[in-house]
Amino acid sequence: MPMLEAEPAAAATDVWHFAQEAGVTSSVETYLPLVLLLALSTGFALFSVVIAPLVGPKRYNSAKVEPYECGIEASPQPVVGGGRIPVKFYLTGMLFILFDIEMVFLYPYAVAADSIGLFGFVAVTIFIVAITVPYVYEWARGGLEWD
Amino acid sequence: MFGAQVTALSPPSVDYTAMLPVLIVLGAAAVGVLLEAFVPRHLRWSVQVTVSLVALAGAGIALGAYVPGAPAQGVTTMVDTLAIDAPALFLWGTLLALSFVALLFIAERTVEPGGAFVSQAALRGAAGAGGSVSTREPETTGGRDGAAPADGARGMQTEIFPLTLFALGGMMTFVAANDLLTMFIALEVLSLPLYLMCGLARRRRLLSQESAVKYFLLGAFASAFFLYGLALLYGYAGSVRLGDIATAAAGSDRSDTLLFAGFGLLVVGLLFKGSVGPFHAWTPDVYQGAPTSVTGFMAACTKVAAFGAMLRVLYVGFEGVSWEWRGILWAVAIVSMAVGAVLGLTQRDVKRMIAYSSIAHAGFLVIGVMTLSDSGLAATMFYLLAYGFTTLAAFAVVSLVRDADGEATDLSSWAGLAKRSPLIAGVFTFLLLALAGIPLTSGFVGKFVVFSAALGEGLAPLVVLALVFSAVAAFYYLRVVVVMYFSEPAAGGASVTVPGAFTTVTIAAGTIVTLLLGIYPGFALEWAGAGGFAF
Repeated sequence: MPMLEAEPAAAATDVWHFAQEAGVTSSVETYLPLVLLLALSTGFALFSVVIAPLVGPKRYNSAKVEPYECGIEASPQPVVGGGRIPVKFYLTGMLFILFDIEMVFLYPYAVAADSIGLFGFVAVTIFIVAITVPYVYEWARGGLEWD
Repeated sequence: MFGAQVTALSPPSVDYTAMLPVLIVLGAAAVGVLLEAFVPRHLRWSVQVTVSLVALAGAGIALGAYVPGAPAQGVTTMVDTLAIDAPALFLWGTLLALSFVALLFIAERTVEPGGAFVSQAALRGAAGAGGSVSTREPETTGGRDGAAPADGARGMQTEIFPLTLFALGGMMTFVAANDLLTMFIALEVLSLPLYLMCGLARRRRLLSQESAVKYFLLGAFASAFFLYGLALLYGYAGSVRLGDIATAAAGSDRSDTLLFAGFGLLVVGLLFKGSVGPFHAWTPDVYQGAPTSVTGFMAACTKVAAFGAMLRVLYVGFEGVSWEWRGILWAVAIVSMAVGAVLGLTQRDVKRMIAYSSIAHAGFLVIGVMTLSDSGLAATMFYLLAYGFTTLAAFAVVSLVRDADGEATDLSSWAGLAKRSPLIAGVFTFLLLALAGIPLTSGFVGKFVVFSAALGEGLAPLVVLALVFSAVAAFYYLRVVVVMYFSEPAAGGASVTVPGAFTTVTIAAGTIVTLLLGIYPGFALEWAGAGGFAF
C-alpha cells in the first residue's frame, strides 16, 4: 500500500492518539511486565538450547537422522492405499477445534455468570446447543466411524 | 498493574420481535441439520422442503406483522449491532420472497430425476450418504456422468436446504448489520454455504467443483480485504460502528490515510460479493459451473445482500467524505457496465451470458448507490427487487432447456426453440426484454428510477454512459431472441422439458412480478422509500 508507506509517521500518530484516548499512559511502569516477560522467555529459550547438548545423553540411531522422531515413517511409498496417506483424522481434528473454541467462550462466561444472570445462562445454553447440532449431525451420519 | 476493573455486566436489551424473521430462518436452518441427521432417507426431501418453506413463510409473516407497528426511525438492538430500519425491513422482505421462490426451484426433482445435487462435492457419481468407498461409481467421460436411476428413486440429496437457510440468515444479518464486525461475521455466514452449494451439481461435476474452488479462493481473498479494511478503520475511529466512523470522519484532525485505506479495502470486499467489475472475474465461471438453481439463488439474493450492505456502509458510515471516494466509484461503475455489456457480446453459453448481464446490472446499481440521496436509496432497492425476480426466473427457464447430456446451455442448441415450445420461448423473451430494460417490464422501471435519481444528483455523464451500455447489452439479449425465433431447429438440438410444479411456480412468480412491477411499480417504490437508515 503506497499510501501507508508515504505517511508512516501520520499513521503511527493516529494509533498513538487512539491509545491515549483508551487510557494507556506512557510510563516505564506500564511496559515493565512486557520487558520482563520478553527477557524471561528469551532466557529460557537460550538456556534450553544451550543446556540440552551439554547434559543430554548421546545415543545415535537411525531415527535421529529423520526429520521427525515420531509419527508416520517418511518413506517414498507408504503401504496404505497405493502411496496415499489417509487423512481421515481431519474430521476429528475439526471437531477438536470446535470444542476448543467452545471452551474459550465458556471460561469468560463462567467468570461473569453471577453478574449476567439468567440472560447469560440462556445465551450460553443457546451457544452450546448451536455447537452441538453439527456434532450430532456428524455423529448420526457416520462421520466419526473410522472405516 | 493490568488489573482491569471487573464492572458489573448488565444484560443487553434484545428486541426479539424485530429480530424474529432472522431468528426463525437461522433456527430452521439448525433444525434442518438435525432433520438431516435423523429423518429416514425416503422422507427427507418432503420434510426438508416443508420445514424450509414453512420457516420462510413464518419469517415473512413475522416481518409482515412487525412492519405496520415498526418505529418510523427504526430500532437498533443487540447492543447496537443490528439496525432494523426501513431499508433493512424492505431488504428482508425482498430476500425472503426471493428465497421462497428460489427454494421451490432448488426443490425441483422431476426435471432432473433425483434432484440436481450430490451429497458431497468430492463424491463421484451418485453416491449415498456418508460417502463410503463402496458407493462410488467410476467416473465416465470427462466429468460428465449421468444420474443413476436407482438413486433417483431414492430421492434427492437434501443438505442443500439447511445450507440455503444458513446463507439466507447470513444475508439478512448482512443487510441489517450496524457495525463492521457483525457485517463481517454475516458475510462469512452467507458465503460459506454458497461455496459448498456451488460444488454440488450432479451433472458436469468437474465444472461445478472448479467453480466452487474458484469462488472459495477468491471469496476468501475478498473477505480478507474486508477484514483488513475493518482493522484499519478501527485504528482510525476506535470503533467498528458505522455511526462512530462517520462521526470520527466528520470532525477530526487525524490523518486520513487510515480512513481511506480502510474504506478502499472494505469496499473491495463488498464489490466482490456484488460481482461488480473489476472484481467480477469469478462471476461467469461460478454462474456457469454451479447447479442452475443455486446460480439463480445466488444471482438474486447475494446481489440484494451485497448491495444492501454497500448502501448501509456508504450512507451511514461514509456519506460525509463522499467527495473523496465518489471518483473511484465512478470508475468502478463504468468498468462494470463496460465489462458486462461488451464481454457479454462474445458469450456463447446462456448461463455465462446472464452472468455478464449481472455484471452490467451491478454497474447500474453502483450508480444508484453513489447518489447518496433518499430517492437513490429507494431506487436502488427497487432495482434489486426487480432484478432478483427477473434473473431467478431466467435461470429457471435455462434449467428446462435440455438434451441428453442435461442442460443445453450452448446458444446453438437454443436455435428454433420457439417452434418447439412457444410458451417457454415467449417467457424467456419477456425476461430478456426485462433485463434489457424495455418498457412494461420491471427492468425499465428500475433503470428509470435509478437513472432519474442519479440525474438529480448531478451524475448525468454516468447516466449517458449507462444508456449507451444498456443499448450494447440489449444486443446480446436480442440475439438470443433472434436465435430462438428465426433459426431453424438444429438436428439433435435441445428440447424443453416439461417443468414440475415447483419450477413452474418459480417461472410464473418471476414473470408475474416482472410484469407487475413494470406496470404498477407504485406500491413497491412506496415501501422502498419508506424511510432512511437508523444508526
